[in-house]
Amino acid sequence: MAVQVAVPPARAGLALKADVWLTRGFIVAIILYLVVALALPLATLLQKSFEVYEFRPEKVALAFYRDGAWQDAGRLSEWVERRGYVLNDGLRASERSRERFVDIIPKRERRGVERFRVTDLSAGGGLLLLEGRLSEPGETFELSRREFSRLRLRPEARFGFDNYRYYFATPALRSSITNSLFIATLTTLIVIPIAFGYAYALTRSCMPMKGFFKLVALVPILVPSLLPGIGLVYLFGKQGVLTPLLFGYDIYGPIGIVMASAFFTFPHAFLIILTALSIADARLYEAALSLRASPARIFWTVTLPGARYGLISAAFVVFTLVITDFGVPKVVGGTYNVLALDIYKQVIGQQNFQIGAVVSVVLLFPAAVAFAVDRMASRRQVALLTARAVPLQPEPKRRFDLLMLGFCGLVAVYILGILIMCQLAALFTFWPYNLTFSLKNYDFDRMDGGGWASYWNSVEMASWTALIGTAIVFSGAYIVEKIRGLFAARQGFQLLAMMPMAVPGMVLGLSYIFFFNNPANPLSFLYGTMAILVISTIVHFYTVSHLTAVTALKQMDAEFEAVSESLKQPLWRMFTRVTVPVCLPAILDIAIYLFVNAMTTVSAVVFLYSTRTTLASVAVLNMDDAGDIAPAAAMGMMIFYTNVAARLIQTLLARAVLARTQAWRRR
Amino acid sequence: MTTTSERLVRGLRLSALASAMVLIALGARAQVELTVYTAVEAEDLKKYAARFNEDHPDIKINWVRDSTGIITAKLLAEKDNPQADVIWGLAATSLLLLKAEGLLEPYAPKGLERLDPKFRDKADPPYWVGMDAWVAAICFNTVEAEKAGLPMPKSWWDLTDPVYKGAVAMPNPNSSGTGFLDVSSWLQMFGEERGWEFMDKLHENIAYYTHSGSKPCKDAARGEIPIGISFAFRAARSKEAGAPIEIIIPEEGIGWDMEAAAIVVDTDYPEEARILMDWIISEKAMRMYNEGYAVIGITELAKPVKYFPENIIDAMIDNDFEWAARNRERILAEWSRRYEGKSLPRN
Repeated sequence: MAVQVAVPPARAGLALKADVWLTRGFIVAIILYLVVALALPLATLLQKSFEVYEFRPEKVALAFYRDGAWQDAGRLSEWVERRGYVLNDGLRASERSRERFVDIIPKRERRGVERFRVTDLSAGGGLLLLEGRLSEPGETFELSRREFSRLRLRPEARFGFDNYRYYFATPALRSSITNSLFIATLTTLIVIPIAFGYAYALTRSCMPMKGFFKLVALVPILVPSLLPGIGLVYLFGKQGVLTPLLFGYDIYGPIGIVMASAFFTFPHAFLIILTALSIADARLYEAALSLRASPARIFWTVTLPGARYGLISAAFVVFTLVITDFGVPKVVGGTYNVLALDIYKQVIGQQNFQIGAVVSVVLLFPAAVAFAVDRMASRRQVALLTARAVPLQPEPKRRFDLLMLGFCGLVAVYILGILIMCQLAALFTFWPYNLTFSLKNYDFDRMDGGGWASYWNSVEMASWTALIGTAIVFSGAYIVEKIRGLFAARQGFQLLAMMPMAVPGMVLGLSYIFFFNNPANPLSFLYGTMAILVISTIVHFYTVSHLTAVTALKQMDAEFEAVSESLKQPLWRMFTRVTVPVCLPAILDIAIYLFVNAMTTVSAVVFLYSTRTTLASVAVLNMDDAGDIAPAAAMGMMIFYTNVAARLIQTLLARAVLARTQAWRRR
Repeated sequence: MTTTSERLVRGLRLSALASAMVLIALGARAQVELTVYTAVEAEDLKKYAARFNEDHPDIKINWVRDSTGIITAKLLAEKDNPQADVIWGLAATSLLLLKAEGLLEPYAPKGLERLDPKFRDKADPPYWVGMDAWVAAICFNTVEAEKAGLPMPKSWWDLTDPVYKGAVAMPNPNSSGTGFLDVSSWLQMFGEERGWEFMDKLHENIAYYTHSGSKPCKDAARGEIPIGISFAFRAARSKEAGAPIEIIIPEEGIGWDMEAAAIVVDTDYPEEARILMDWIISEKAMRMYNEGYAVIGITELAKPVKYFPENIIDAMIDNDFEWAARNRERILAEWSRRYEGKSLPRN
């Protein structure tokens, strides 16, 4: 990429100055984006979790017009006390709780009263409700008997720890914490050894069909986490094909959750461990062999320690994925409550936003801790790789290779079995009583979830996310990596870019409701649009994309920028003519990552879609909710095929791009 | 080959013609879009809109559908800035709640006098009008019951028999209107104390509670659970689809609620909203409801519905909607306290 245009020196100075302003402007814009789309919503969520509602009868004054004169009737609280009336049946008041005045002040006390005066003495007003009209602070309602009978008392809002106290005092809610920790830990303990074995087979054995097994391992990334749940219902539910294998245990509950979670977290663990195992140094093995160590001893003293940071990292990634996922427990959880599901139930089921916010804050803790540990572990992993390492080449060992082949075969059967079962179930007319094939279950327009429009919305949303997201992420990473100066801003940005990883999707989605669905927010016009889905999805998957971009950029020598500067070339020219073409493979990786995740994600967007922007992944959830499980499987498989197609297009594109722009790599 | 390409050409011509007609129609009069909130079964929504558009092609309906509890909560949450223009097909108990919050616009649709007095709000003009009644029923999968050796239950109390342990699914009343009408009817029929006692015992047999009211019956139809507490319309549809289902009307009586319609305050399209309301209680609409529901607002038009149990009207209890609406929050909170707490898996 030779620079062909010589720029006159007088204009070059201007261009450089423009560069400084351009980069400053850009870094401010991206930081602003992450602040508005992440930090502020989370702050609103935190605030909401402290919002408490309470009836304040002592702030309501009454007067009765009786026998031709107004008489003071005291405060409403006195009436409540005198009658021993229990406000709101002793329940915690919510935003929507109401009390009728005539229930508090009995008929005989109202005898002979012609008119009523009721005054709202609160500072914020709104304690009184009459046919949809709220009282202003200090306002007096003068009412006839008939109107008085329709007058209602509303609770007042304040801030306090009551929601948290309520949360920890309610066993039903509290038990979700241990449930969540339990299934996340159990899944981690199961998935990590399996993923290790699988990656071990691919790196250290000479078994055949390695390419096929690597492909199969990545399949679960392409489907929403709801789909393995649905597949398990068909395999192990009451009418399941393999139900006897459960020996009378019920798939609905922890068993099902762990089995389905293992399915969808497997590729994530596998990829991390695979990387850790592929950087092994053959010299260590040679040394061990010459010291006459047994294979077992080599495994325990060389192989495992070499991959330990990868294992730790994988374990925490799996743990985080399981504890923040709600698709799996939604489908096969039965009556087993977990934290992520509680947020959904509190918000969607009961519109109890404050408690939903509390659960979100609780869920943030384990996710944030796991995230921190993972970051520390992955930093060390990189340090293990030295320039002098010699890659390890496995030697064929017949028995060991066959054993590994068998093991990988089992895992592949599990993954493909679930997928094939879903496809079959989608094609059967009426499982299990009518097993003829038909496309009846693809008639999405007759089901909940928004029909075929949802599918196209998802494709549109994923495309926008990939397009805009890649541009934002890559430019942001470029600024962090390649720009000198602006140190504080770059550090702040780096921190912001890592935050999304620690924020569960449900928490992000809920915080968006609080932040954007507020008429006072000038950005509230975004609520219910396609734009908010794209914005939230980009933020949700920001961290991994950012890290991919940073890694790719790190491979480029900083000299490029120095040379470009000394040639007095504006930054954008360097960026578009050199950096982007060189990094195109990584850019395509980011784009496909964003696309696939946008197609499959449920957690954040389930709170944010509107009638015009229903999504395929949410449709899977809603159809399963309504009992239309076969159509849900059908839609889930549509997502799968779409992602496969996107992947194929990406591979072809990458190949074409490589041939055109990376020719310099070959000589 | 020729036939396919011919068909293709014909299809293209047709679609070109159709789009031209649409363009002409659009030019003639700008289409108005009404946002309509509903809890009507998803599979019927297209039909409802299409039949309405036969008479009023210039008003487009944008459906927002979810379970009764969700739609109600959504309307309440949006009350400072309502998004809906019209509610078409939501439980009367919910509409009573919305009326108290001042969310409904009173309007007397044309032909109001033909409605059964039970099927309208008492105020004049009424804040809401009823369309049809949806009634509770038990879906009983005969194939699975026989495999598990379960006798057919005749009454609600039969379901508390330990023989049905883990064999019953019912909707969560917090999100499902069907679930709430079940719970409110048990409390009305058996009295508060006995009602909760009944539910305590029933809870011992419940395998899981669902989000939506149709899921228990759909699950029973798939054989995933032998017994699903659901509603008659869903049961009849599942039976029609070929599921081995028996529809049971318990002998104590069954809860029911009315599907009703109303205009939401501050709509930007009051005229179109009224046109829709007039149509909602028209004879044509009533006949349409009658395709799935046996009990409809204009009683004399009602015809028997296929697969619907015949004794259904007599079994409907004397439902006190006012009581149900007023005590809704308390009942739901009590229900959650009792049953959502025991969240451990069975087995």
